[in-house]
Amino acid sequence: MAGVDDDRVFKALADPTRRHLLDRLFERDGRTLTELESELTMSRFGVMKHLRLLEDAGLVVTRRQGREKLHYLNPVPIRLIHDRWIDKYAERRVAALAELKHELEETA
Amino acid sequence: MTTMAAQTTQVYSVFIRASAEQVWDAITKPEFTQKYFFGARIELRDGRRFSALGDTAWDEEVLEAEPPRRLVHRWISAYDPELAAEAPSRVTWEIEPQEGGVTKLTVVHDRLEAAPKTAASVAGGWMLVLSGLKTLLETGEPLVG
Repeated sequence: MAGVDDDRVFKALADPTRRHLLDRLFERDGRTLTELESELTMSRFGVMKHLRLLEDAGLVVTRRQGREKLHYLNPVPIRLIHDRWIDKYAERRVAALAELKHELEETA
Repeated sequence: MTTMAAQTTQVYSVFIRASAEQVWDAITKPEFTQKYFFGARIELRDGRRFSALGDTAWDEEVLEAEPPRRLVHRWISAYDPELAAEAPSRVTWEIEPQEGGVTKLTVVHDRLEAAPKTAASVAGGWMLVLSGLKTLLETGEPLVG
């Protein structure tokens, strides 16, 4: 189960259009398909397909409001990936690298 | 770094390998909530939702309670004086059993129009609460750190 969930989230994130959609929702969520589609040079059907994948991975949750379907960013799966894959293995190392990068850029 | 603008309706959801009844208990009984809800002891009693955190205790009106599927209550951020001064908002818990012993839990925090500071403050909080609740129910252990 957990493994399947992770697969879906990683697959959903492995696409620039889908990451763009998440970023749009991060700025302001509760958006309609029409709103999200307006910024992309892609067919409505294409955007729907990407949103569907994001929804299957749990990264986007939709709610009906009257006749409209609104899309909300759900950050919980990303948090779970963080707990499972970042916290456990990489946090200390990432912090050290970030510090090194900072120091190198300071002295450059 | 961009920060998330405070949203007046926020939606969070998580799939948990547990029954709807277990999820219901985990959100309405203090012995569970204190393990993942920032240490708060939360209890449903007499049509109200009672919370205790440190030496602060408060309660909110329960608008709907249909165990083990649906709980709607007002939200007051009594744990922080600045946030507590804002208008109450509303929290809806939806518990939906799925196939294969999995339950989908969705939290909708809305009516935050008159509570912008609360809206900004709870955004990261719900994420931690739901990931902590999943971990607790699936492993029996609270998240460390």
